[in-house]
Amino acid sequence: MYFFKTANQLQKLTKKHNLPISGVCLRYEIEFSGKTKNRVISRMAERIKISKDSIKRGLAAKKSLSGMTGGIAKTLQKALPRIKKMYLSKVMYKAMMYAIANNENNACMGRIVAFPTAGAAGVIPGVLIAVQEEYGYRNKEIIKAMFNAAAIGLIIAENATLSAAQGGCQAEIGASSAMAASALTELRKGSPEVCLEAASLALKNTLGLACDPIAGLVEVPCVKRNGIYAAMAMTASDMAVAGVKSIVPFDEVVLAMKNISGIMPSQIRETAQGGLATTETGLKIKNKLASLMKKYEK
Amino acid sequence: MPLSIFDIAGPIMVGPSSSHTAGAVKLGQIARALFHGTPITAEFHLYGSFAEVAKGHATDRALLAGVMKFRTKDLRLKDAFKIAKQKNLKYKFIIEKQNPYSHPNTVKIYLENKERCLETIGSSIGGGNIAVTNINGSEVHFTGQAGKYFSIIVSHENKPEVFSVITPFLTKLGIGIINIQTSLMAENGKVIRIFDLDNKLTLEQVKEMEKLKGIEFVRAMHKVSKS
Repeated sequence: MYFFKTANQLQKLTKKHNLPISGVCLRYEIEFSGKTKNRVISRMAERIKISKDSIKRGLAAKKSLSGMTGGIAKTLQKALPRIKKMYLSKVMYKAMMYAIANNENNACMGRIVAFPTAGAAGVIPGVLIAVQEEYGYRNKEIIKAMFNAAAIGLIIAENATLSAAQGGCQAEIGASSAMAASALTELRKGSPEVCLEAASLALKNTLGLACDPIAGLVEVPCVKRNGIYAAMAMTASDMAVAGVKSIVPFDEVVLAMKNISGIMPSQIRETAQGGLATTETGLKIKNKLASLMKKYEK
Repeated sequence: MPLSIFDIAGPIMVGPSSSHTAGAVKLGQIARALFHGTPITAEFHLYGSFAEVAKGHATDRALLAGVMKFRTKDLRLKDAFKIAKQKNLKYKFIIEKQNPYSHPNTVKIYLENKERCLETIGSSIGGGNIAVTNINGSEVHFTGQAGKYFSIIVSHENKPEVFSVITPFLTKLGIGIINIQTSLMAENGKVIRIFDLDNKLTLEQVKEMEKLKGIEFVRAMHKVSKS
């Protein structure tokens, strides 16, 4: 009754049952898992709590083993009160900061929710927790926003990929940005159609994004990228809510992402064999870290 | 099978990487479950990208943590080396320069104690998904996902009447079977099956299941130390 795997199907269900995207998604999960509504909701609430803890820990600025990240979110936090003529709004800056904090915690072996993946795990909690702080949304509404985001992620997983090994970063950060943009839009009472416009606008603007992490670690450019794309997700939501439409509907943008995944060379699909990973700096860092492994060598 | 929303919003894991950390924990857990005992020694041979970035991704700690039955989200993963020493588990990591296996994130896990030894080969194929490809020299093919499902590994005689008692046993306990994977073990003629369940079995239930005729062993892959 609540089955969907495309945006088209999801939209039809929202109309048929007069529900927001989150409502259809919640009922989908209840239907297919056979678990109670309370159980499903509490599982999602648990994930929000873990994300909030993760952000707190990330702000505590511990350096990762490689030293490449740790302290970035803290730097942003310290600078916030003194930046003159800031270009981002305060809430956007905080979203950026929290997204980065989450992934700095990840890089230090902290506990996170891989939503949709570990590498892109900062974007959704970054934006949702920032707007909750700034605009006072209740936990109940944030939980719904998470279900909204998950519905978008499900569509991408079913029709393309969420894995950078297959689709590059457009699959991970692209997905998380689209999910965040849609979730933000439902929070402000945007209709399912407007949510999907936001998701389309976000995903479109990550197409072709490479996964070329330095030394193969989930740190550079990943951590800061979560921040930059948290801000972008908010941009897409503002555009959609203002009434701007995506010329290409979401299902087709997802297929475009899939198409590009198929054309994308493996060197920029999480193999660290191209792009940033093979710059002079990138290789220097890689070699430095490789010497850490020397003591194991056969 | 339709995806669960929690396949998207999850797993809950200790970072940094779903393939090199969470997936590695799962591979360690499976090796331990198959071992059917408490290992005294654990030797890990790392191939491909596992060999190159193991330290930065804490793959070494993750594998060891899995062998010690930690869950994917257990924060003690960071302290896996220290905890292994406390448990008198001797461990060794070997970087293999060549990778003869088809997947870039592969590990050969060798566990041993006074009574038995076990070698498993598995790969982390992305996003927390893993595949086990060899058990003690026998080619198998099992897949799994980090942080997902309560699974049991059952080894039993390759007879249909043995298999046919397993499902009713689980159904009577109110446990649903989500998926069954099967591999024939050439060397001893037994069948190994992984049952992905929708709920846990208690230790007593596992022991009861082991008493069924023709069952060699049942290992639960979720019965882990408290975190």
